[in-house]
Amino acid sequence: MTPVPTVLAEDGVLLREGLVGVLERFGFPVVAAVGDAEELVEAVAEHRPGLVVTDIRMPPDFSDEGLRAAVRLRREHPDLAVVALSQYVELSYATDLLDSGDGKGVGYLLKQRVGDVREFASVLRNVVEGATFVDPEVVRQLLRRSADPLQRLTARERQVLELMAEGHSNSAIARRLVVGDAAVGKHVGNILAKLDLPPDDGVHRRVQAVLAYLRGQAG
Amino acid sequence: MNTRIGSGARPDTLLRAMTGPRYLVTGWAWRALAYTFTTLMVGGVLLLVAAPIYAPWAIFVSMIGRDTSVAGYMVFTFVAGVAMVLFFAPLVAIPLGALERRRLRLVLPGPAGSGHRTPPPGLWGWVRTRYTEASTWREVAYAGVMAVGFGLALVLVGSLTTLTLVLAASPLILASDGEEYVSMGWTVLTSPAEAVPYALLSPVVLILLVYCCGALSYGHGVVARALLVGPPKEELYAELDQVTESRARLANAFEYERRRIERDLHDGAQQRLVALSMDLGMARVDLEEGSPADLRVAAAQVKVDDLIDELRELVRGIHPRVLSDRGLPAALAELADHTPVPVSLATDLPRRPPAHVEGTAYFVVAEALTNVYKHAGGGAVTVHAELRGDPRGETLVVEVTDQGPGGADPARGSGLTGMADRVAVMGGTMDLSSPVGGPTRIRVELPCTNDRPEAAK
Repeated sequence: MTPVPTVLAEDGVLLREGLVGVLERFGFPVVAAVGDAEELVEAVAEHRPGLVVTDIRMPPDFSDEGLRAAVRLRREHPDLAVVALSQYVELSYATDLLDSGDGKGVGYLLKQRVGDVREFASVLRNVVEGATFVDPEVVRQLLRRSADPLQRLTARERQVLELMAEGHSNSAIARRLVVGDAAVGKHVGNILAKLDLPPDDGVHRRVQAVLAYLRGQAG
Repeated sequence: MNTRIGSGARPDTLLRAMTGPRYLVTGWAWRALAYTFTTLMVGGVLLLVAAPIYAPWAIFVSMIGRDTSVAGYMVFTFVAGVAMVLFFAPLVAIPLGALERRRLRLVLPGPAGSGHRTPPPGLWGWVRTRYTEASTWREVAYAGVMAVGFGLALVLVGSLTTLTLVLAASPLILASDGEEYVSMGWTVLTSPAEAVPYALLSPVVLILLVYCCGALSYGHGVVARALLVGPPKEELYAELDQVTESRARLANAFEYERRRIERDLHDGAQQRLVALSMDLGMARVDLEEGSPADLRVAAAQVKVDDLIDELRELVRGIHPRVLSDRGLPAALAELADHTPVPVSLATDLPRRPPAHVEGTAYFVVAEALTNVYKHAGGGAVTVHAELRGDPRGETLVVEVTDQGPGGADPARGSGLTGMADRVAVMGGTMDLSSPVGGPTRIRVELPCTNDRPEAAK
């Protein structure tokens, strides 16, 4: 795997050092590790990294500076992969992020996921390769909400959508659910149809399916 | 009331008028006279009306020092006297107090409000309030003062008026046929010529009467004011304002503390736990998968993750971060997600209300949803929040309606009183409608004023 130069923004020193260790170990050499959003923007301009991992909540106001910086970076550098870490699930954060650029190459996950370092590293790798990753907790929260699109999906279809939102391919979903590729393909087709998504290229529609959910719910 | 000081100015109190040289030509002399004469009238009526009340004590007093064989009867009359006063005296003393506060304006102008509270509706409410408040029993005590005042006025006015008349009339009496002498007590007059100097004394006695009436009225008035007049309303309002302000300050301090605790847990303990989980994860990378050491570390990591989840729930209960960061709609949506009953949420908030208003609204909805879950057995819930503008500023209106069985009663706990308290602290109102059979609707209106001290972020 080719090393991906990475810029890390995290204001907690303890966590920052830990993350640097994890990133370097899994092939994401950290070219800059900064403590606030302004430094993040500067570091990206200077180092031109392939990946940004940022905390959403940072100084000076400790609200959503990291998120705003991430959205701005996505707008300025559409090819830059961005993974935002959040202390809690907030749908509007996820939509802001997924709305930036074309919705590809972004990830939103709960901070505590970094504990499972291998899984975390594979999420980063997927996002760098253009996948969209939304924390399973976000999807679970969406599915708990009783709104029309949800009512139209079967339990199996929701499961499939959940895995789609996590960035899995059809064959990966098939492996997880222990069903055939064809079955998953049928489910995905049904989901896209039920969400009234126009026929388009496969990847883009998948992203659209997730986005449609997030927008419809968080709006 | 203006206070004018200076020799040329009119005296503004009875006391100043009396100590001044021109007391007799001021209105105060007439006021004092009027007060004294009305004291005689009111006192007379009082003694008659109240006679049944003090009759047992009158009997008791009349028996003191007499026959010791009637000791039992004496005890009875004494106890009966106490009972009569306790039961009936307020009924006489309360109207007496009202009348006397009006009469008091003759000699001591100024605010003379009663210290009585407003009783709840109904006879029982009136009785319970009146018989238990200090103002009533001070009026009862005043009835005793009135009796003494009546006695003094009677003696003074009676004797001095009689003396004035006798002095003035003595020459005429002696000049008329058939009268040999007039007894003055200390001397006996036998001729009109002898009586003339005494007759000239009568205006002096009259003046003395007017001064004595002034002194008596003033003394009576001071006692009456001490016993009958409650603290002025302005003072009460000022105190109420202070209490209200300090209550709001306390509520804000609690709000601030909650946010501080949330921030500390968030930035401190939670971050450390995540870092710990990550260290354990890194350790596992170096361990052989499935080895005893790997399994141990994996188990430890699961425990850390559970702890992080628990801590996050705890933090949410203290003060949801999402409320400070993203405002009420996002926080309410998250709250709805964590409620086991289906919640349909509608918010119309073009602007963010002040932080203390958001905090209170969130608390109200959280409590209401908890109540629905606990008592209403999972009926559908609608939560509606909107900002309404009116000329005096904006109001945040929050409504929580559930289709549960209804019959919610603030008196039986269920957090409704706590909700009402928190709303009241912010100057808002809370309406609860919960007929048996449902639906239950809680409506809260919170004024969006910015005059509360904002707690720092």
